[in-house]
Amino acid sequence: MNMNLTLKIWRQKNAQDKGKMVDYKVTDISEHMSFLEMLDVLNEQLVSNNEEPVAFDHDCREGICGMCSLFINGEAHGPDRLITTCQLHMRKFKDGDTIYIEPWRAKAFPVIKDLIVDRMAFERIQQAGGFISVNTSGNTTDANAILIPKKDADLSMDAASCIGCGACVATCKNSSAMLFVAAKVSQFALLPQGKVEAADRVMNMVRQMDLEGFGNCTNTAACEVECPKGISLENIARMNREYLCASIAG
Amino acid sequence: MTTLNSKIPKGPIKDKWTDYKNKINLVNPANKRNIDIIIVGTGLAGGSAAATLAEQGYNVKAFAYQDSPRRAHSIAAQGGINAAKNYMGDGDSNYRLFYDTVKGGDYRSREANVYRLAEVSGNIIDQCVAQGVPLARDYGGQLDNRSFGGTLVSRTFYAKGQTGQQLLLGAYSAMNRQIGRGKIEMFNRHEMLDVVIVNGKARGIIARNLITGEIERHSAHAVVIASGGYGNVYFLSTNAMGSNATAAWKSHKRGAFFANPCFTQIHPTCIPRSGDYQSKLTLMSESLRNDGRIWVPKKLEDAKAIQQGKLKPTEIAEEDRDYYLERRYPSFGNLAPRDISSRAAKERCDAGYGVNATGEAVYLDFSSAIKRYGTEKARVLGIENPSKEKITELGEAVIEEKYGNLFLMYEKIVDENPYKTPMMIYPATHYTMGGLWVDYNLMTTVPGLYCIGEANFSDHGANRLGASALMQGLADGYFVLPYTIGDYLAPDIKTGKIPTDTPEFDQAEKEIKDKLDFFINNKGTHSVDYFHKKLGKIMWDKVGMARNEKGLKEAIVEIQQLREEFWKDVKVPGEISGMNTELEKAMRVADFLELGELFAKDALERKESCGGHFREEYQTEEGEALRDDVNFAFVSVWEYKGKPSDAVLHKEELKFEELELKTRSYK
Amino acid sequence: MSGFLSSTIARKVAMALSALFLIFFLIIHLAVNLTSLFSVDLFNNLSHFMGTNPLIQYALQPVLIVGVVFHFVLGFVLEIKNRKSRGVKYVKYNGAANATWMSRNMEISGGVILAFIVLHFIDFWFPEMNTKYVLGDMSGMLDGEYRYFVELQHKFVEPWRVVVYVLAFILLSLHLLHGFQSAFQSLGVNNKYTSCIKSFGNFYAIVVPLGFIIIALFHHFSQLNH
Repeated sequence: MNMNLTLKIWRQKNAQDKGKMVDYKVTDISEHMSFLEMLDVLNEQLVSNNEEPVAFDHDCREGICGMCSLFINGEAHGPDRLITTCQLHMRKFKDGDTIYIEPWRAKAFPVIKDLIVDRMAFERIQQAGGFISVNTSGNTTDANAILIPKKDADLSMDAASCIGCGACVATCKNSSAMLFVAAKVSQFALLPQGKVEAADRVMNMVRQMDLEGFGNCTNTAACEVECPKGISLENIARMNREYLCASIAG
Repeated sequence: MTTLNSKIPKGPIKDKWTDYKNKINLVNPANKRNIDIIIVGTGLAGGSAAATLAEQGYNVKAFAYQDSPRRAHSIAAQGGINAAKNYMGDGDSNYRLFYDTVKGGDYRSREANVYRLAEVSGNIIDQCVAQGVPLARDYGGQLDNRSFGGTLVSRTFYAKGQTGQQLLLGAYSAMNRQIGRGKIEMFNRHEMLDVVIVNGKARGIIARNLITGEIERHSAHAVVIASGGYGNVYFLSTNAMGSNATAAWKSHKRGAFFANPCFTQIHPTCIPRSGDYQSKLTLMSESLRNDGRIWVPKKLEDAKAIQQGKLKPTEIAEEDRDYYLERRYPSFGNLAPRDISSRAAKERCDAGYGVNATGEAVYLDFSSAIKRYGTEKARVLGIENPSKEKITELGEAVIEEKYGNLFLMYEKIVDENPYKTPMMIYPATHYTMGGLWVDYNLMTTVPGLYCIGEANFSDHGANRLGASALMQGLADGYFVLPYTIGDYLAPDIKTGKIPTDTPEFDQAEKEIKDKLDFFINNKGTHSVDYFHKKLGKIMWDKVGMARNEKGLKEAIVEIQQLREEFWKDVKVPGEISGMNTELEKAMRVADFLELGELFAKDALERKESCGGHFREEYQTEEGEALRDDVNFAFVSVWEYKGKPSDAVLHKEELKFEELELKTRSYK
Repeated sequence: MSGFLSSTIARKVAMALSALFLIFFLIIHLAVNLTSLFSVDLFNNLSHFMGTNPLIQYALQPVLIVGVVFHFVLGFVLEIKNRKSRGVKYVKYNGAANATWMSRNMEISGGVILAFIVLHFIDFWFPEMNTKYVLGDMSGMLDGEYRYFVELQHKFVEPWRVVVYVLAFILLSLHLLHGFQSAFQSLGVNNKYTSCIKSFGNFYAIVVPLGFIIIALFHHFSQLNH
C-alpha cells in the first residue's frame, strides 16, 4: 500500500546560516522504495516547484561507502538496524507518519548545507596514525610469510568493516568518536603487521580525536546498536587497553 | 592522421615488463620534489597511485568529489581480487591468469598489458597484507582463496564480502600517511571539469569546489585520470550515484582518444528493479555463484503462476527446474563468465520464464549448498544421523559465515529471507571495459595525460572476469604508473612550477563558467534526472545486453534529439555559488549525453559479437556470440572532432603472438 | 586538566578507578551496617573501631573523601564537556532506542547521590567529626554505653528521611547498574568474562542498595511499636 507522509526536514543554506526545520508533504510513496528514493521524489517535486532540492550526502546507495548520514526520527540511519540510510526502506514506516530528518549533530561535524555535514575530523584522525608505515614499493615479504590465526584475522576484519559514516558520533549522547577510532586501532592491533607501531598509533589517533572536540565515551553502547556494520564495543575496550599500555610504557 | 603507437616493448612476453623497467628513464629522488602530479579520482587506481607517487617524492594533488577518498566506488566491490599465487596448489601461474584474462576478454585485449597485469598480481597481495588488509585466512593461518567465473582454479583472495572496501581502505591508509606528511594535498569535494593543455601537453585541470562553488585552477607536470567507468550512462547501474564520465569525457574532447566505448559489462547477479522510482541497482557478488545455483521453472505455466504470486519457488519440484547454465555450459556451469551468464538470463526471461512480477528475474538458489555444507559440518562435528533440520541449521551457519553480509543486504532490500527462499537476480550494468585509450605506459594520446583503472580501456578486452577490476586498479596504481610516468617526467625536472595565469587556463575556465551560468539561467521545464532517465532507457533498450543495427541507428538519433532537448529545456534550480547538487548533476549528464552517442556509434560499427558486446545479427545457431577475428581483431579508438557523430575511428590492430585466437567456449 | 588527565581515555580510566574504589567501600559500609540488624554490640564495636582506628581515620578516610570528591568533580567536568561537544541539539532524539535510561542519565543519578551524601554527612559525619575532633570526645560513649546504635536508630524515626534514603538508594542502584560494568569496559576489560562481570554487576547493583534500604526500613519500622 502506498503512503502519504509529512516530513520535517532541517534546511540550512550554508555553514553560516542559522537553519530551521521545514515541513513537506510527499504522497503515494511505495513501501518498496528506499528512504533516499523517497527523498528523490521530494526533490523532484521541489525542482518542479522551482524550489531548491534538499541537499543530502549519498553515493553508493548500497550501504558501503559511508556517505549517507541522516538522523531519522531521532536515530542515526533511522529505525532499522545494521543498515545505512540508503538501505532503509519505506516499509519501516506507515501511512500518515511524520518523519523528522536532521543532519548528524556534533560540534566536530559542522553543517555544510541542509543535511550535509563536514566529516573532515575523521580524515584528520586517520591521517594522524590510521596506517601501517610500509611503502607501496612491492618489495615486501610474501603474503603467507607471517601466519595469522584465523580468529585474529576475522576479528581484525570485523573492526575494519567500519565505513566511517559517523553514525556513532551522531547517535552518542556525548558526540564521542570512540567507536570509529577504536575500529581502526583494533584492526591494526590485531595483526602482526600493525603491532610494530601500535603504541604510537593509538596515542596519536586519540590525541587528534580529542583535539577535534569529540566528547567523552560514557559506555552507553548506543554507538554499537546504531552502527550499520555492527562494530563491537569490545573494540573500544581494546583501544582503552592499548592506550593504557602505551601511556604507561610511553 | 595520428597513428596509434602502443609502445609495446620488444622481446618475449614474460620479459617485456622487466626489461622495459630496466631501461626507462628515472627521475632522481631530489628532482621528484620539483614535480607536481595531479590525480583525479581516489579509488583503488587513483588512491594507490597517489600514495606511491608521493612516497617516491613527487608532489601529488589528489581530487575526489566525495568527502573522503575512502568513499570512492571501488569500495563497493564485494567478491575478491585475483592473483596468480598458486597458494591452493591447483596449477595456477602467471601464464594461466594471463590466458584466462585474454580468453575471458574474448581476445580483444592487448597481450603485453595483460601479461604484465598477471605478473604483478602476486605483488599486490603481498603489498596489501603488509598494509594490514585483513584478507580471509584458513584455520592454518594462511590466506584463503575462492573461485570466480571464467576460471578453473581458485585464485581469488577476499575479505568477507567486502574485498573492495578493504583494499581501498588499504590504499586510503597509505594515502593518509602521505597526506599527514604533506606529500599529498587532498582536495575532497572537488570535481574536475576540464583538463588544460599547454603546448600540446596536459598541464593542469579546472576543478569546482563543490562546497563553495568556486572554480579553481590547478597546474601540474602531468595529469592522471582515475575517475572510474561510465556505467551511469544507463542511469540505472551498480555504480554509485555520483560516478560519472566527466573527467574522461572532457579529456576525450581535449584530444585523448576513446577506446571501445561499446564494451560494457552487464553483471548477471544484481537485485532486480522494483519500480520506476528506482535510483540504482545493487549487486550481489559473483562469489555467490560458487555456491548458488541459477534456475528458472521448466514449465511456462509455473513461471506464469510465480509471476502472478500464486506459486512459491520452494513449491517447484527439482525435476521441474531448469538449471539453464548447468544445462548449457556443463564444464563451467554456474560459474560461466559474466557476459554469457547475463545473456542466458535474458534469453530465459525474454522467453517468458522470468520469476517476478516484471518477468525480469531468475533464481539464485542456495538450498543444495546449505544441504551439502550442513552434511559436511555434521560429519566434522561427529553428529551421527543428523536430522534434516540440524543439517539445514549447520549449513545455514556455513553460508552465513561466507556470505552473511550479502544475505543481510538482500533481505533488507527485498524483504525476503534468502536462506529460506531463493534469491531473485537479474543482470545490470556494472563495469565499462572501454575507456580512454592508453599505450603501454598508460598514457593517453595527449602527452602527460595518463589514465588508469576502470577509466582506461584497460586489460579486459570485451569482457572482464570477476575479481579482476581490483587487480587492475591496484596494478596500475601501485606497480605500473609509478614506473612509467618517470620516463615522461624525466625531461621536466628543470621546467619549474607550471603557471596558471596563462591563456590556456583562462580559456578553459571561461568555458566552464559559461556552461555553469547557462545551466543556472536556462530555467527550463524538466529536471536533470528526467533527461538522465530518458537517456538510460534508450541505452538499456537499444544499446544494452543485445544490440542490432536498427536499434542502434534509432538510439543515435534519439540521443541526439534528447541532447538537443536537454540543452533547451533543462532546469537547474539554485545558485552558481555554494553547494548545488543539481548543478553538479547537470554537468555530468551533459557529458553522458554525448558519450552515449559515441557508445552507440561504436556498437554499430563493430559488426561482430564479442564479450559484453552482443549483436543479434552475429550469433551462432545456438545463440552464442559470433566473433569476427578477420575483420574486427582491433581496438576501436575514437578521435573527437567537434561532436560525437563526427568522431573519427582509428584502429589498433591486436596481435596475438603468445595465444592462439580461438572461439571462446565454456561448455 | 593537563598531563595524563587531559586525554579522554585517561579521564575514563580515572572515573573507572575511582568508581571501583567507591564500589569496594560500599561493601564495607554495608557489611558494618548490616550487623545493626542482628547484633547491637557487634555494630557498636565495629563502629567504634572504624571511628577511632588511626589508620582508618587519618589515612583511609581522607582517601575516601578525595575519591568521592574526585569522582563527582570529574564526572561533572566530563558532563559539561560532553554537552559542549554537540553544539546544536537534535529536534528529535530517541535515546531510548539504543541505550538504557541508566547509561544515559548517570549525571542525574549521580546528582541525586551527591545530594544524598550531603544529607548523609549532615546526619552522621559532621556530628561525628564535631564530637570527636571539636569536642575531643573519643570515647564513643553516651550515658554509659556506645552511642552509635542509638544515633543510628534515632535518625530513622522520621518517615521523610526514610523515604529520602530509599529513593537515594534506588538511584544508587540505577547508577551502579550502568556504572559497574562500565568501569570494567573503561579499563579495557571486555572479553569472554564480560557477561560474568555484567551479571555480577547487576547482582551487586541491586543487592547492595537493597541492603541499605532494608536497614533503613528495619530501623524505622522496628521503632514504630515503641
